[in-house]
Amino acid sequence: MRHTISLSIGLLLFWLLNSGHYTLMILSLCVVSIVIVLTIVHKMDVVDHEAQPVHLSRKFPAYSLWLSKEIVLSNVTVVKHIWLGNESLSPTLTTLKASQITDMGKVIYASSITLTPGTIALDLVGDRIMVHSLLRDNITALESGEMDRRVSRLEAQC
Amino acid sequence: METILSISSALCLLIGSFLCLSGGVGILRFPDFYTRMHAVGVTDTLAAAMILIGLMLQGPEWIAILKLIMILLMTLFISPTASHALAQAAIRNSLWPLIDTQQETAEEKSHRTPS
Repeated sequence: MRHTISLSIGLLLFWLLNSGHYTLMILSLCVVSIVIVLTIVHKMDVVDHEAQPVHLSRKFPAYSLWLSKEIVLSNVTVVKHIWLGNESLSPTLTTLKASQITDMGKVIYASSITLTPGTIALDLVGDRIMVHSLLRDNITALESGEMDRRVSRLEAQC
Repeated sequence: METILSISSALCLLIGSFLCLSGGVGILRFPDFYTRMHAVGVTDTLAAAMILIGLMLQGPEWIAILKLIMILLMTLFISPTASHALAQAAIRNSLWPLIDTQQETAEEKSHRTPS
């Protein structure tokens, strides 16, 4: 039920933001289409904690702020190495351990790795993430496990 | 106020364009597929964000700003998925990355996956 409500609110906001016309006709079309989408989604049985991770919403803002900071810092590093040339690169391939319990947590961790430039999650099997990085320093930073810990803390809300 | 907004908007757009350009140079310059993907990461994340923030600061009305925020969030959610799909397609088709072996220690080698 909680997930259905959050999905309807999300769809409603999405429609209102995209339309910008607030006449009765358009708004009733909005309600009708939301109801249709909810019916289809229920028949597909995909409304659950994975599609609507409402349990994360309380801690997510703090995590995304930290992640934005990381993204800016790693962007600066990658741009620096683009202009420094190929000699300054040290591409590395490593396998890291993800300490998250749920699939959701692992996916957030892998996505965060990919989102920060300089590191890409290539494969995720069990609790092992294969990571390719542009520089050896990136791997050292990931191995220190700060991102891993933060994602685990985020996930602990479940 | 108006001047501050347009100056900061111009600054953001300028930084964003520079980052896009750097991303492009990186794609041409880097040695193999995976390192090139890192260059794309710059264009995907900070460059897109800077350009969108620059446009937001010029925002004529709130609905345009909210739409730009929505585009930014979508980009940030979709781009890691797309990059991951691309990288995994490459690794499944056994395209092995160039690895820097010069300064690699024995300890790091044991961490590496058997290829």
